Amino acid sequence: MTLESILFIVFAAVGLASALLLVTRRNPIISALYLILNFFALAGLYLTLHAQFIAVIQILVYAGAIMVLFVFVIMLLNLRDERSLREGLSWKKVFAAGVSFGLLMEVIYILMTSASGMTELLPAKATEIGTVEAIGSRLFTRFLFPFEVTSVLLTAAIVGAILLAKKKLD
Amino acid sequence: MVTLTSYLILSAAMFIIGATGVLVRRNAIIVFMSIELMLNSVNLTLVAFSAFLGDSTGQALVFFVMTVAAAEAAVGLAIVIALFRRKQTVNLDEINILKW
Repeated sequence: MTLESILFIVFAAVGLASALLLVTRRNPIISALYLILNFFALAGLYLTLHAQFIAVIQILVYAGAIMVLFVFVIMLLNLRDERSLREGLSWKKVFAAGVSFGLLMEVIYILMTSASGMTELLPAKATEIGTVEAIGSRLFTRFLFPFEVTSVLLTAAIVGAILLAKKKLD
Repeated sequence: MVTLTSYLILSAAMFIIGATGVLVRRNAIIVFMSIELMLNSVNLTLVAFSAFLGDSTGQALVFFVMTVAAAEAAVGLAIVIALFRRKQTVNLDEINILKW
């Protein structure tokens, strides 16, 4: 058992456990904390794939910025009575969970039966493409137009969020 | 030995957990967090393919997915705040004014 396999199993276990706890907890703030744990596990998995830049961005943007937004909104809403949101178990939910589980089995079956020709991770090559330099040059050459459109999207999102959350619409 | 398939199965499992959360939970904020979980599992697929194929395009795409996720979270949470101000609830079953 190599160090690589051990790291993968640990991060995968943490990621799956925190994801399951996220969707089963009743209190949103506890779900948010498990989601942060899940983001850290994912950052670890990115590091095992030699994607340093994405791992750092994952922690900075997701665990740092997006989750602060979530926690802030949970605080702002101040749901006084948690019981008012109690969610019972109905046949619809059991059916939904069953359908998802069936879908998972299908995907695993497809992945296991399809022959994949690229099972070898080449660490030298992977480290080379995971750097800021490699991703940056790709972003500013081939993906230059989408990159610029991203700025328009972010501006629209900022304006939209402020407009929606404003108290009165004049 | 960790293969590409193991990363893909892990990512599929996390995506399905997120999809189950969207289908089963009725708290709007937890549904949003489940959507973030699904976006993240797709990111894991992209990074895994990128690393195993030796091509940085996948990691550039992750960058865009993260940008869209940030915009989606900001607008979505603003919608949740506006709805809560109007209806005093975040229960998705009670938010049905667009239902025909």
